[in-house]
Order: sequence, then structure tokens, then C-alpha cells
Amino acid sequence: MTDTPLLKVSGVSKFYGSRIGCKDVNFELWPGEVLAIVGESGSGKTTLLNCISTRLLPTAGSVEYRMRDGNFRDLYHMSEADRRFLMRTDWGFVHQNPADGLRMAVSAGANVGERLMAVGDRHYGKIRETATDWLGRVEISADRIDDQPRAFSGGMRQRLQIARNLVTGPRLVFMDEPTGGLDVSVQARLLDLVRGLVNDLGLAAIVVTHDLAVARLLSHRMMVMKDGHVIEHGLTDRVLDDPREPYTQLLVSSILQV
Amino acid sequence: MATPLVVSEVFKSFTMHLRDGIKLPVVNDVNFSVAAGECVVLGGPSGIGKSSILKMLYGNYAVDAGQILVDHKDKIVDIANADPRTIIDVRRHTMGYVSQFLRTVPRVAAIDVVAEPLVIRGVEASVAKENAAELLSRLNLPRELWSLPPSTFSGGEQQRVNIARGFITSHRILLLDEPTASLDATNRRVVVEMIAAKKEEGVAMLGIFHDEEVREAVADRILDVSAFSPRKAIAA
Repeated sequence: MTDTPLLKVSGVSKFYGSRIGCKDVNFELWPGEVLAIVGESGSGKTTLLNCISTRLLPTAGSVEYRMRDGNFRDLYHMSEADRRFLMRTDWGFVHQNPADGLRMAVSAGANVGERLMAVGDRHYGKIRETATDWLGRVEISADRIDDQPRAFSGGMRQRLQIARNLVTGPRLVFMDEPTGGLDVSVQARLLDLVRGLVNDLGLAAIVVTHDLAVARLLSHRMMVMKDGHVIEHGLTDRVLDDPREPYTQLLVSSILQV
Repeated sequence: MATPLVVSEVFKSFTMHLRDGIKLPVVNDVNFSVAAGECVVLGGPSGIGKSSILKMLYGNYAVDAGQILVDHKDKIVDIANADPRTIIDVRRHTMGYVSQFLRTVPRVAAIDVVAEPLVIRGVEASVAKENAAELLSRLNLPRELWSLPPSTFSGGEQQRVNIARGFITSHRILLLDEPTASLDATNRRVVVEMIAAKKEEGVAMLGIFHDEEVREAVADRILDVSAFSPRKAIAA
């Protein structure tokens, strides 16, 4: 157990005019920890995720991130160039729709290789070798490396997006409904894969999902949001087995049993 | 060395907000401790709160009041007030739990399910698998099932996977929720032997066993949970 968090989120709020996106969110995330943010559509999950990952500027609050040199930096006070570099190297962002995170008109290998080039790799052979290795890790066969993601199924695209994000060895990955549009068998495969990679690489991750089963499987800790507020926060097992808030009880009791 | 597990003045109730906020008391004023090398069995009729006690100790249920003190890495941790990160660390290194049912992850092979607790603790995958194989063969799980995901297994087969997963680590505290419920006589005997071996190693165990024969064989002490029942207090 390390004693320094990777990320410190304090008082993050986002207002759209007078409407609340998310309000006064506070938490810390440690290396190797997976946090799930759950709640129904419109509860502010994605707004919060976008604020933390600096894709959206919050109205108030601060997010501090521990850089590789061990110093904390306030993300909203970094230069745009520094922030972009961080996003390309030390962070990953897995979108619900793979088309938002991939370049659909370049090959699968180039999609993975691009992030490597962003961190300074220039040797074509090595880049291709690493890309092939990562395609294998996300269970895409090597003979598809020159195909464009347009020719891939939804599940394959999502796995490719994951490979593209993880190839640079990020320490923090954001995922917005990573299994959202996939059918259940593809979803199971992806979950198993993500779970394995998170364990093997010791990644920290923040996963937004409305699916409590996904949250149970992937996360250590869980935050329940409603109307922009975090209403319950704790160990995932505890929140699901002994929900305290009326809304969380409603969510948990609404899960369909198979 | 401190007593591995001390439970002191623990109260638990459920508030059902969807049922007009009725409050269901579960247990009142629970006090007991489990020593190293001891197996304490929770007794009493169904619905009296035995499983709830185990779930509180493991952090799945929050408690209303009281302390659950665990000797974790030579420090005393109060599960009732610990943050999620500490509870996860306690589960990883100090306290194991064999539940009645296996929560299966799609696609993961039985042998990997069993090896996983060792792998997360940093044991090399091949060594962890060897240990897993040893336990599975001891529990007479047919070898051809090892590489299959347990979701399609029978109740007894799943339970053996679950037991192997719980017993593979050298946790100092082990919580057992009816680990022998759906096992045949031969495998029940294997589990009894495994529990005896854990006692020898000084593991503190707290369990629920409805099978009288197993209970007789493993229990050093039976703790009657009815003593903590709020319903009894109302009746009296």
C-alpha cells in the first residue's frame, strides 16, 4: 500500500448556467485502485469524468495529479501543452463509442503506434512489434494489423481503443461506459480483459457506468451520483450489499436477476 | 501477538427506505473474540443474523455502532471505521472469506479463479497455479473441469472451487459461510481435514456450519447468536 494518492479531487463543481452538472465532489484515488461512478443518465457522471480528465473546465474546485517526478500539479493550472502531453502518455481515455477515441481511417497498427510516437518512439520496426504485441493482448489477431477500424466489429473496435490507450503504460485510465453498446458475450470478454490488464499493470482507473454488475466486477470503490451530487461513496461490496441511501437502495433493488 | 479478531459492542440494523423507512434490527451488542488456532462456530436458527455477522466482519455490511478489531500487519485495524482501501488490504493479506456461493467471472477458468488470491499478493502465476492444482485435486474436482469457467459447474463443484480459493492463501483469519452445504460425505471430510490443518497453522476461524457432524468435528466453541438477537430482547 503506497501512502500517496495519485489524484486528489477537491470541491469540483460544474454548472451549466444555473443547472448543476456536478457539485462539490471530493475524493482521492490511489495507484492500482479502480473507482466506479454509477448513477442514472443525467446524474452528472460523465460531466464529472470530463472535469477530472480536464476535457471540461469546472466552475470551481481543483484536481491535483502526482506526476512521475513525485510532485503534485494542479491540472487546471498547467499549460495546454503539458496537459496534452499528460493525456497522450500518462493517461488513457476510453470512450463509450470507439469512433471517438480511434482514427477510423488509419490502420489498427497505426492507431496503436501513434501514441508510441507521441512519447518519442521513432523506430518503425519496434513500433510495429509493440503494436502487434498489444493487439495480441486485446485478442485481435496479428493479421488484422493493417486493417482500418472501420472494418472491425464493435467489440474489436473497443478492444483496439483499449490497446491504443494502454500501449504507453499510463498510470491512470478514464473509462466512460466502456461496455456500453456491446452485446453481453462481447461485454463479458471485454470485462475480463480489462480486469486482467488493470491487475497486471497496477493501473488506477475511474470507470463511469450505469451497470452495477460491471461496477461490482471491476471496481474496488464506488460513488453513487444523483442530480449532480455524490450521495453515497464506499467499498463497492458495501455499497451494493448494504446500500444506505434511498436512491441507492432503489438502484440495487432494480437489478434484474438472471 | 494480539488476538487476531475482536468484536466489541457491535449493533446492526437495516433501514428499508423503499418500505416507508422501516427499521429492521439485526443484531444488538455483539461481543466475542477468536484466538489464533481456534475455530468458533456461530450457532442459532436461520435468520438470527449469523451470515450478517460474517458480512460485517468482512466489510460487506456497514455497522451502526461498535468495533471490529483485526490484527493486520501488526497493527490493529477497526473494520467498522476503516476506509475502503484499508479493507481491501486487510482482505488481501489478513482475512479470507469462503462464501456460500461463488460469484463467477465470465470466461475465467476454475484454476485461475482459485489461484487469483495468490497472484494479487504477488506470487508468481506458475507457482500460484501449482498450489491451485494441488487444492483442486485434494477436493476431488475432476481435472477436465480445471480449465473451464465454473459458471456451468454443479453446486457442489462450484463450492469446491470456492473453498480452494479461500484456503489457498495463508490468511490469519478465515470466515466460513457454510462451506460444506452442498458437498458429499467424502468432500465434507476433506474440508474438515483442511480446517484442522489451518488450526494447526494458527489461523483464527469463524464459521457457520449447519451440518452437525462437521460442526462437531471442527468447532472449539459454539457461539449462540440468539444471545445478540434484538427480537429476543423484545420478547423478554
